[in-house]
Amino acid sequence: MDYALNFAVVWRSFDRLLEGLGLSLLLAVGSIAIGIAIGLVLGFALVSRSGIARRLAGAYVTVIRNTPILVLVLFVYFALPDLGVQLEGIESFVATLAVYSGAYLAEVFRAGLLSVPKGLREAAQAIGMSRLQINASIVAPLMLRNVLPSLGSTVISLFKDTSLAAAIAIPELTFEARKINVESFRVVETWLVASLLYVATCTVLAALFRRLERRLAIPR
Amino acid sequence: MDFSFTQFLHELWIARVPLVQGLGITVASAALAIVVGTVLGIGVGLALTYGAAPLRVVVRGYTDFVRGTPVLVLVLASYYVLGTAGVQLGPFQAGVLALAVFCSAHVGEIVRGALQAIPRGQVEAAKAIGLTFSQTFASVLLPQALRQILPTWVTTASEMVKASTLLSVIGVGDLLLASQEVISRTFMGLPFYLFAGFLYFTINFGIERFGRFVEKKTHLPS
Repeated sequence: MDYALNFAVVWRSFDRLLEGLGLSLLLAVGSIAIGIAIGLVLGFALVSRSGIARRLAGAYVTVIRNTPILVLVLFVYFALPDLGVQLEGIESFVATLAVYSGAYLAEVFRAGLLSVPKGLREAAQAIGMSRLQINASIVAPLMLRNVLPSLGSTVISLFKDTSLAAAIAIPELTFEARKINVESFRVVETWLVASLLYVATCTVLAALFRRLERRLAIPR
Repeated sequence: MDFSFTQFLHELWIARVPLVQGLGITVASAALAIVVGTVLGIGVGLALTYGAAPLRVVVRGYTDFVRGTPVLVLVLASYYVLGTAGVQLGPFQAGVLALAVFCSAHVGEIVRGALQAIPRGQVEAAKAIGLTFSQTFASVLLPQALRQILPTWVTTASEMVKASTLLSVIGVGDLLLASQEVISRTFMGLPFYLFAGFLYFTINFGIERFGRFVEKKTHLPS
């Protein structure tokens, strides 16, 4: 094997990889923000007293979680236009990842809601708070603190899923890496640097979530 | 939509052979990746729990690297890098290798978690009655760890079926690529994507149900 490592080509295109990473992060932030909203609504629905709400939310979660995300991405981008829903690449991907992350986050929030002690809800009822008040100012904050560890790992895994945007030619990190690979044939270097950028970002995200956890932890 | 359901059925019938072959490749690639990944993963889990410090550091680096990288990047890297390194693998082998590596890191973490959940006192007790490590592992640790591992492992299996769609990106003719080829010929994107999605859903839903069943079977009555 006569392949000598030469990172110079990759360093020359490094700012393209960084721009790609920036777009990956943007895609992740946009879709996870919408996904958290969807997940919260579904999470509350999954533990609600109404059987219909529980069923509908459960069906959503089951269908989305058992379908490969690449199929969803391609479906929204290539097939929805047949139904008159035409979305640009980035919007289409953000919409897909938001819908997808909503299902995973719903499960996270459901577990969190079940972890809030019943007594707190009853105490809030006893002092005359309305259901909306209880959910917004007692249950939701406690639940959010409880779910931080699993929220962190879900967010990290969703960030990694932004790599699928490359399949519909959105110039994020994986797409740029593939392009540099094809242009320069510096195969090993390109993929090593691209993976390390992903690993580094995941490590930073994990550290941020751990710090948030410590900050929000109830002092003992 | 300007095509009818009968038209879809007609095209489906014409495309039945490539679609079934694609489904076969999807199942085969996922199954192979799960088997290889699980065997590797058990080794990874053992190394992480009972390995010597240098081995632990290396294996920890491996799992962190693999778990921090998107599967699509692993698949593309495996496909392009192995070719450059002179290892002549087709897209199917390169893809399955990437999936197996991904699977091994996840199974490794599951195995480590399950082994560490077993109280240390049990290992000490086993030592005290004179069991060797392999005896301790086979008759004390493994039966308890399996109970914890199995339900999560089934979830990983369904993850692998979903991840196998990524092989279509490097040209492996799995169910997704077969469907895409039918779509590019018939322009019937909507029904064929729905059909492919439905097949994937059915496989994974089956696996999920099986996972629930396993969980119930392995749950200790309290």
